Amino acid sequence: MKIAVCIKQVPDSWAEKKMINGLLDREGVDAVLNDLDEYAVEEALRIVEAHGGNGEGGANTITLVSMGPERTTEAVRKALSMGADDAIVVTDDALAGSDALATSKVLAAVIASGGFDFVVCGTESTDARMGVLPAMLAQRLGWAQLTFAGSVVVEPAARNVTIARVTDVGVERMKAQFPVVISVIEKINEPRYPSFKGIMAAKKKTIDIRTLAAVGIDAASVGVGGAWSVVNDSTPRPPRAAGIKVIDEGNGGEALVNFLVEKKLI
Amino acid sequence: MSDILILAEFTGEKIAKTTAELATCGARAGEVTVLVLAAPGKGNALAAQITTGLVTSVLVIESEDFARYSVAAAADAIAQIVLERRPAALLIASSAFGKEVAGRVGVATESGIITDAVDVAADLTATQVVFGGSTTVHSRVSHGTAIITVRPNSVTPDLAPSTPVISHASYVISDSAKLAEVISSEPSVQGGRPELTEAQIVVSGGRGTNGDFGPVEAFADSLGAAVGASRAATDAGWYLHSHQVGQTGKTVSPQLYVACGISGAIQHRAGMQTSKTIVVINKDPDAPIFEIADFGVVGDLFAVLPQATEGVRARKS
Ligand SMILES: Cc1cc2nc3c(=O)[nH]c(=O)nc-3n(C[C@H](O)[C@H](O)[C@H](O)COP(=O)(O)OP(=O)(O)OC[C@H]3O[C@@H](n4cnc5c(N)ncnc54)[C@H](O)[C@@H]3O)c2cc1C
Ligand SMILES: Nc1ncnc2c1ncn2[C@@H]1O[C@H](COP(=O)(O)O)[C@@H](O)[C@H]1O
Repeated sequence: MKIAVCIKQVPDSWAEKKMINGLLDREGVDAVLNDLDEYAVEEALRIVEAHGGNGEGGANTITLVSMGPERTTEAVRKALSMGADDAIVVTDDALAGSDALATSKVLAAVIASGGFDFVVCGTESTDARMGVLPAMLAQRLGWAQLTFAGSVVVEPAARNVTIARVTDVGVERMKAQFPVVISVIEKINEPRYPSFKGIMAAKKKTIDIRTLAAVGIDAASVGVGGAWSVVNDSTPRPPRAAGIKVIDEGNGGEALVNFLVEKKLI
Repeated sequence: MSDILILAEFTGEKIAKTTAELATCGARAGEVTVLVLAAPGKGNALAAQITTGLVTSVLVIESEDFARYSVAAAADAIAQIVLERRPAALLIASSAFGKEVAGRVGVATESGIITDAVDVAADLTATQVVFGGSTTVHSRVSHGTAIITVRPNSVTPDLAPSTPVISHASYVISDSAKLAEVISSEPSVQGGRPELTEAQIVVSGGRGTNGDFGPVEAFADSLGAAVGASRAATDAGWYLHSHQVGQTGKTVSPQLYVACGISGAIQHRAGMQTSKTIVVINKDPDAPIFEIADFGVVGDLFAVLPQATEGVRARKS
């Protein structure tokens, strides 16, 4: 099986984020591998491990695909040290400020030319929090969409994938034939920590860095200029005013109810 | 008048509150047509429930493919309608399903998309609250139909009665939307309580419940509230995943959010930080959740909650 995993580098979840000229400031903050994408890497590894592994020269490979600024390779190295084989990173100044539609166009172009059987994504990037990219990829590629998977079963011989789609409305079991776009929820597995051996091995793995031109996409259709939604303005919201804090000395519940009454909440 | 399409949402066969919320936003910008995607023979019963919210017309599309091919089939039909009418906007409720449909329709119709708006103005400017509630953003779609997903419970619905004209249309779902098939489905059970994202009050429990949600549920019931849970609680199997609040669960924005035995990790806050009033019960005075609490009780939830439940019951009777 030839598998692609889409990963993104994002600002650290705890970092204070701010906007500059309508764009997220990605320079001034610590950046990490989107933690929801770790589950995607882990699931791809588990799928190949159940079917002979991804040892050198074997039948299975896992290729990371990412779009982002140059430093994205830091996040890519982490995922390589977990055990993925190699990576393709699209980086180009013209990509800054791309919307999800443009991102999906770039990723779809890379995936379409790679001969993959399926691609695994996280459900959401923790910075943009759109949760739309996997669906957009499926639409662009004309592949089956198996998203929000809480479990994935792949049958390579039958080229079959079955998932349990777990969302707010319930659980649906869905199936499709290769090629497929999968996204996995964070309940699906426990991502491994890279081992020392994995970290050393990752240093020697290939990261194929491509420009937009190499991917065959017109620079005018991406980035700020190609975005189909524009930010008019952004303002920091006032922090919540400090609240009241009481220590329960036997009447904490009563105090709570009095507060609710005072606020006309009951 | 601009043509505004909204996608009706149903829980089972009952109309969801979000439909009136979307209609309210849509009516500011133009004339609202509600799309009802239904199983064959079910459309009229669903359409008949659209009686409020400034709706001009209802367009019913029936196909067995909607249940069978889920997101892809819904997006395929809607994209055909959008390409035919080129409406000014398409408004959909923000849920896993709604956002994925929006994404696919955006690609198929070359339209810009904005997700998780908390409001939509007459000129279709969307308001979003991003970065865990720290920043307000106004944005607009600049190309194609403005596809905007709107968070449940963030817009006050106009409940004025309306008597929309109901019509039917049929569309053939493309083969490319039939690649992934639903083989079985189990809807999540609400257990008689209000739906989390629609509820005015949410009472949530975390690891501090130690697996006993009894006091949390009792307090929720005294207030007519929905019950939520932190990831620690859903991971431990104490509560269903469909009740998880946070980054990878639901985003709620009720009038009142009560967090019991929840520490306030950034991922949990991401799903509840825009609640109007936040009340906290936690025995650790340094728990980060107190930073965003309007009212906090430092104490044991097993003592505080039963007393509060009694207090609410006494005042209501
Ligand atoms: C990728 C990713 C996604 C995530 N998504 C989510 C998400 O969607 N939602 C979410 O909630 N979390 C999410 N998390 C997990 C999050 O980081 C925290 O681990 C989780 O929210 C902690 O849950 P908790 O507050 O219940 O548990 P803890 O952090 O263990 O806190 C328990 C609290 O209970 C208090 N307590 C204990 N006993 C009592 C008592 N008797 N009375 C009163 N207080 C008591 C303690 O003082 C403590 O503050 C995610 C994490 C990751 C990495
Ligand atoms: N720039 C990117 N490069 C690679 N993968 C991405 C990128 N953006 C999003 N993804 C993938 O798409 C998923 C959903 O992202 P989003 O729709 O942005 O919330 C993520 O979990 C990633 O797997």
